[in-house]
Amino acid sequence: MATRTAAQPAPAETATAAPSVGAVREQAENWQAFPDPAGHFGRFGGRFVPEALMAALDELTEAYDQARADEGFVAELDRLLATYAGRPTPLTDAHRLTEQVGGARILLKREDLAHTGSHKINNVLGQCLLAKRMGKTRVIAETGAGQHGVATATASALLGLDCVVYMGEEDTRRQALNVARMRLLGAEVVPVASGSRTLKDAINEAMRDWVATVEHTHYCIGSVMGPHPFPMMVRDFQRIIGVEARAQVLDRTGRLPDAVVACVGGGSNAMGIFHPFIPDTAVALIGCEAGGDGVATGRHAAAIAGGSAGVLHGMRTFLLQDEFGQTQVSHSISAGLDYPGIGPEHALLHETGRASYRVVDDAAAMAALALVARTEGILVAIESAHAFAGAFDVARELGPDATVLVNCSGRGDKDVDTAARWFGLLDDAGGAAAGADPRG
Amino acid sequence: MQSRLDERFTAAREEGRSLLVGYLPAGYPTVDGGIAAMRAMVAAGVDVVEVGLPYSDPTMDGPVIQDAADAALRGGVTTTDVLRTVEAVAATGAPVLVMTYWNPIDRYGPARFAADLAAAGGAGTITPDLPPEESAPWLEASAEHGLAPVFLVAPSSSDARIRLVAGISGGFVYAASLMGVTGTRAAVGTQAADLVARVRTATELPVAVGLGVSTGAQAAKVAGFADGVIVGSALVKVLVDAQRSGAGDAAALDGIGRLAAELAAGVRTPVPASA
Repeated sequence: MATRTAAQPAPAETATAAPSVGAVREQAENWQAFPDPAGHFGRFGGRFVPEALMAALDELTEAYDQARADEGFVAELDRLLATYAGRPTPLTDAHRLTEQVGGARILLKREDLAHTGSHKINNVLGQCLLAKRMGKTRVIAETGAGQHGVATATASALLGLDCVVYMGEEDTRRQALNVARMRLLGAEVVPVASGSRTLKDAINEAMRDWVATVEHTHYCIGSVMGPHPFPMMVRDFQRIIGVEARAQVLDRTGRLPDAVVACVGGGSNAMGIFHPFIPDTAVALIGCEAGGDGVATGRHAAAIAGGSAGVLHGMRTFLLQDEFGQTQVSHSISAGLDYPGIGPEHALLHETGRASYRVVDDAAAMAALALVARTEGILVAIESAHAFAGAFDVARELGPDATVLVNCSGRGDKDVDTAARWFGLLDDAGGAAAGADPRG
Repeated sequence: MQSRLDERFTAAREEGRSLLVGYLPAGYPTVDGGIAAMRAMVAAGVDVVEVGLPYSDPTMDGPVIQDAADAALRGGVTTTDVLRTVEAVAATGAPVLVMTYWNPIDRYGPARFAADLAAAGGAGTITPDLPPEESAPWLEASAEHGLAPVFLVAPSSSDARIRLVAGISGGFVYAASLMGVTGTRAAVGTQAADLVARVRTATELPVAVGLGVSTGAQAAKVAGFADGVIVGSALVKVLVDAQRSGAGDAAALDGIGRLAAELAAGVRTPVPASA
């Protein structure tokens, strides 16, 4: 079970009686069964939205079911993924990093090399194609780090859709470069000044837009979260990461990896790489939540380690909340992981024990970012750096005979300013850890 | 057995008018200030009070209610304060409903919340993001404590979904007049009358219309086809404006009283639906 801080009371899990873990595990053996037709992953997921959106979610579910069974749709998506997004992405043997860490062989799935610089493009191409197929002319999106916003702006430009991206005011400041990128791509970026001014508030604002514009607008949710069918649909579009990586690792090493490690905010890159490995029960699936200043400080974004079950943004899942069910503000140096919830399928994977979740704090992630840059010449996104930090521990635990697959979900160009401040690399500005050795 | 809420609808129907339902969030500008404002609106003619439970992520609300809820939460309002507010307002004799997003009840525990709400004299709840598909625990708890669980329909609802919602609602069915969030609108669209007509084919329950109603004239128009007229943002805005201008609590209560009286006159002069 997850550890909880003293400040975090035990959850009042009364709304839905929890099935026994054994029963859930038995169900979990057939992964095609998730979610059920109403969008439940065990006791998680579902659709907690205003009635006004129910018709749109039904319409979307039906359109998606038809599209994924339509060879023409699948072929068009595959064509775009190959000729536009740059798939398949490579698998890199991280020799020098492996040597430095001193444990298992570390292999990297290079989603940072996909067009727009992260895995987000996989989902967005799928959803925007679907939006066009449904006759929608406008897409809206929320974004934290800006990667999903950039990907949505990109796909909208490619497919001729109007695009509006909601972004917390705090994040527009942290990720100014991505704001400019989205605007260059023709998208309208709306800074959100309500609530905590971060990703969760951008989602609130996108939902408010959608309820009034649903006739011609598709809400392109960027992670495996929200009301059904989004967690399922986004997982399916991201599954390509794991499908490719599984075949690539088998081809490269002659066997499956011992562990697959990914960072988890909402959890789309993790779900994408985990899902094809779920039946391979000998492969450990490990998600890395953002620990911010540390779970014990209360300033973190670790929904599983420091949260409890509840309802947020249309889904039942683990979230950071107080004793009265008010969402607590999350904290992470990574804007893309700075979210108080987690996708409902991750909640189920945690509860059944099929995946395990660790916490990586800001300092560990930044040290990992520096180490990967210096040993492999890869500047990874701060989000992905959380996966690397977790993978280093896993590699040491498993030892040199093992293989660890890390999802390198995004590149770090957008984070140079944050990293430069953290390590004190700017001549005229002291960083949070000014003078710190980037080698950690 | 008729509840206090049912009796009000029956009596209003006999008087040839609609009920006026007024919404204000608990804890704004303070817990006691909110109670005073709710009492003022009852004194001026509001029949049924919706006590809003301020929530951190109000995805169905426009800027006015967001701002008030934010301020109430910053002021430290809790579910316990909401229940105290219900008790104080129910003492006026008006039926009181709690309007809340689902997670605060989920966290408090549905059975415990139902028990405490009933003990405070509450008549029921309006839960806009709790869909019928997930409502079983709440229906059970509400039934056990004699609370009316009010659910919403929207212009986009299919006839099948209207039957589903109407089938589980208690007290009345809440018809959202338009596709959008809470807030005042220049006019109430034709969607509302169509929706009410569709709901009436599915249920004998009263139908109340909310979203966008802010003036006596709009209330009169809606009263022409609905059993209840729900007003929220316009009332909240009176309090928000008074806070911002520093007009003082007495001026805010006067403003609430004036608007409530105007709306109460509106529901008593229904404009025939054909007009």
